[in-house]
Amino acid sequence: MYPSRFRYESPTSIEEAISLLEEGKGEAKVLAGGQSLVPMLKLRFASPELLVDINNIADLDYHRFDADGSLHIGALCRHEHLEKSADISARQPTIAAAAPLVADPIVRTRGTFVGSVCHADPQGDWASCMVALDGYIVAQGPNGRRNIPVRSFVSGPFQNVLAYNELAVEAVIPAPQGTALGGYMKLERRVGDFATAAVAVAVDMSGGKVTRAGIALTGVGGTTVDASDAAAALVGGSLDEASIAQAAELAASVAQPRSDHRGSASYKRHIISTFTARLLGSISESNERAA
Amino acid sequence: MSLDEIKIGGMGASRRRVEDNRFIRGRGNYVDDVVLPGMLHMEILRSPVAHARIRSIDVSKAWEIPGVRLVLTGDMMATRNLAWMPTLSYDTQAVLATDKVRFQGQEVAAVIADDPYIAKDACEAIVVDYETLPVIVNPDQAMASGATLIRDDKENQPDNKVFDWEVGDRPATDKAFEEADVVSEIELHYPRSHPSPLEPCGSIADFDRSTGKLTVYMTTQAPHIIRAAVALVAELPEHMIRIISPDLGGGFGNKVPVYPGYVISILASILTERPVKWIEDKTGNLISTGFGRDVYLKGQMAVRKDGKILGVRMHTISDHGAFFSDAQPSKFKIGLMHSAFACYDIPAAHLTAEGYYTNKAPGGVAYRCSFRVTEAMFFQERMIQAAADDLGMDQAEFRRINLVRDDDFPHRTPFGFLTDSGQYGKCLDVALEAIGYEQFLKDQEEARKNGRYLGIGISTMTEPLGAGNSREYDILGIKMFDSAELRVHMTGKAILRTGAKTQGQGHETTWAQIVAHELGIPADDVVVEEGDTDTAPFGMGTYASRSTPVAGAAVAMVARKIRAKSRKIAAHLLEVSEEDIEWELGRFYVRSSPDRGVTIQECAMAAYSNMPDGMEPGLENTAYYDPPNLTWPFAAYVATVEVDPETGVWDVLRMVAVDDCGVRINPMIVEGQIMGGLTEAYAMASMQFITFDAEGNCVGSNYMDYLLPTAWETPGFELHEVVTPCPHHPIGAKGIGECATVGGPAAFVNAVMNAVEHLGVRNIDMPLLPDRVHEAIATRSDISGAPPVRTDAP
Repeated sequence: MYPSRFRYESPTSIEEAISLLEEGKGEAKVLAGGQSLVPMLKLRFASPELLVDINNIADLDYHRFDADGSLHIGALCRHEHLEKSADISARQPTIAAAAPLVADPIVRTRGTFVGSVCHADPQGDWASCMVALDGYIVAQGPNGRRNIPVRSFVSGPFQNVLAYNELAVEAVIPAPQGTALGGYMKLERRVGDFATAAVAVAVDMSGGKVTRAGIALTGVGGTTVDASDAAAALVGGSLDEASIAQAAELAASVAQPRSDHRGSASYKRHIISTFTARLLGSISESNERAA
Repeated sequence: MSLDEIKIGGMGASRRRVEDNRFIRGRGNYVDDVVLPGMLHMEILRSPVAHARIRSIDVSKAWEIPGVRLVLTGDMMATRNLAWMPTLSYDTQAVLATDKVRFQGQEVAAVIADDPYIAKDACEAIVVDYETLPVIVNPDQAMASGATLIRDDKENQPDNKVFDWEVGDRPATDKAFEEADVVSEIELHYPRSHPSPLEPCGSIADFDRSTGKLTVYMTTQAPHIIRAAVALVAELPEHMIRIISPDLGGGFGNKVPVYPGYVISILASILTERPVKWIEDKTGNLISTGFGRDVYLKGQMAVRKDGKILGVRMHTISDHGAFFSDAQPSKFKIGLMHSAFACYDIPAAHLTAEGYYTNKAPGGVAYRCSFRVTEAMFFQERMIQAAADDLGMDQAEFRRINLVRDDDFPHRTPFGFLTDSGQYGKCLDVALEAIGYEQFLKDQEEARKNGRYLGIGISTMTEPLGAGNSREYDILGIKMFDSAELRVHMTGKAILRTGAKTQGQGHETTWAQIVAHELGIPADDVVVEEGDTDTAPFGMGTYASRSTPVAGAAVAMVARKIRAKSRKIAAHLLEVSEEDIEWELGRFYVRSSPDRGVTIQECAMAAYSNMPDGMEPGLENTAYYDPPNLTWPFAAYVATVEVDPETGVWDVLRMVAVDDCGVRINPMIVEGQIMGGLTEAYAMASMQFITFDAEGNCVGSNYMDYLLPTAWETPGFELHEVVTPCPHHPIGAKGIGECATVGGPAAFVNAVMNAVEHLGVRNIDMPLLPDRVHEAIATRSDISGAPPVRTDAP
């Protein structure tokens, strides 16, 4: 690959990284896994003056559940670590279902969860999971840290609200209200292809009732689509055929797919409805089995 | 006692591939690995638009960048008479555009610089002023009255038609249709595809003014043809041109043609007097080099009530892009399309073909196929299924009725080829038995009652492999024979060179096995070398599954020449007359006294140290082999699938492949070839295509858009074999490299169609992407043509 000329820095602390970003005055890019940035450099779609490689910063490669049940994912946590984590597989079913569907097995060894959310690609799987799970990003700048809920973090296709001198250091998923149930289904033409359409569902249940729900859609809009009405309709009730069908219909109705070579708009809408129903159906089944 | 042939790595040994020793260690030597002193780097500026007149090209900013050594445009190429070059199909192709650009990705200018980064920066500094012209992206547009003329550079080219071609017997075919009980019809599109070898194309041209010699390292499957072409195009003396094709990272037909980048790098080296390296990037490879397929196929079949096929009509309309640079034998304008229906006993057939220029990349290469036989066999097997359905006859039974019988050989095919051997019915039976055909039909019926769609698809075919014989097959007039040269050293070790060029097929392994089989020299004692025109004997290269049928035969023949001479030496050493000598693998002995013998190695030593009086010393020879006929392998592929009616996603349940490629030299390599071919067949059927939007933008210019299946999607394959030796090949082998790619797609497509036929869906054109399958199911109608590039608003 022959990208345009750029300056390369490899800081060893978050503070150093932030001061380099300051220096870059908006012409700097952060390199974590390089899943999207490296192809863009190769194609010269991106020509940053400065590349701040954060891979040598210690203690950013983690994911852990805190005592309160919240999940914390560090800026260098690779998709593969989430995919292979016993903790995730036992406690966070939406993330567990999405992890093996992100990109392809090779990319998953490098790409990062936080980087993917920052990239704000409407085709990004993690952004949908974050929306469905009410997650937030922890950003650190020269004046300290702030929490940014994912719904206000993404400001448009490939755009986030980070200031040029801020680094996203962690993603947080709040503790569930009851039993965490959920899943992720994606239709892709081939492993590593952008999603034709995908659905993230996260449902917390207690005593056979839905206490909290989130549904988000991938690849069917200018940004990740928050199917909040579909999710809200589930809260307070049980998961039955009627409520599932209603949620599936509501989810499909907020999708804003475009027709392209992956399929027509109506096909993608149909997939959203089918996948939402299938996901909620299997959540309902697993909840009944557990009960 | 005779040697154990398997132990010495002879015929039938699944010997490990010797070339893999260096490949898996990262020690292969590809063009890009070659570094020459003082070497410069070249980058090509390509057209962003599909059809435009060039008003001006301003290269001044490029020249200002430090490290830029040369900037070339079409006008500068023209001063050397190199702005255009001949194609392998008697057309011309622009090297660097002078008047117009005719497809997106066409070569417009080239920069030669100290490193590739500088060359790329300088390309971006070139300003080209384009006046856009109407764009033609399919044959329908090309043939419309008043269509913009793409090739206004040519004399006597009033429209966009490349050729009209016809073969077969029209009156006899018309008569067959009059006598038919049922006439079945089908119309298909075989979408444009790209061979996409792992390694893109590239070259290093090194012109030495002091010797006048031009050495070019080049990614080519046919180095000798390239040498001839360079001699003609660059007007250099042929003995002063050396083409070296080092290790190749795959070819699949993509590395047969001559590309502009090769020619530009040669002129650049002549002008700079420095070696010039050009390595295309993957996008450059996908958007500008030889594509495959892109043919519209239409036809009818005349059938009698009892299932007997009486005749076939075919009409093809092919899209050749901006330049007719198909790589195929000169006299067949649409390749070997007329090999269709060769495995069936059909009395009459007629084919008409039209080719058109469009504003798309040129190429029309045989993508892992013997010159358009992939399209031919796909049409054949889709037509067979349609006719069986129209008759209401079981698809296996319909094939059984019409397949050529074992005792009918030699058999004249409907379009006039001569097939010579096969056990077609047996192959089909083995396949049906393996898949459990009768049981599957029962399971399918049961599943349908529960809303599950299962399907089974069959594809049976024979294809002409191994062009050619010199009577019928030539490229630019050069006859399609091949060659081998064997030098046995005094210690009995040997070097073998051929005119073919391995690019993953494993020649270094299998050729040595043929020598081991013929001479009893262990395969490990034979080194194989190909690809250097200064050392290898002249040959036509490797494509169209021709290596084993032609060059492989030459290897056997040259080994036999060596054995004949060794026999004389043995008689001399054993002090008996030659007539009293017998041969067993690796050893001559006295017939009346079998204990008295000499090994082939002892004969080799004697050839240099103790030859009979009057005998030429040494043990070397060359053989040129002109095959009497093509070889005709047969295959029966059966796939079962399940279609999800809610999403259109289909999964392969099983894929059974029965191949009869005659005698197998290295069964492991043959099986590898079949699995690779089946993967590409699955790719065609399911996802792999290149399309263009209305402005001629290529959708498929990178691996996000051009989908190659990974190990993740690719189904498992179950392989079986039947062996019918080729009657004319010296070791009974037939071509195999391409069979599965050629015959496989129809099995997958037929299976999906079989799963949805009860809904009244008769055809979905490839690729069978989920949205297309779902649309067919939901609307209960056929889906035709290339997948649309939809741009409607949300």
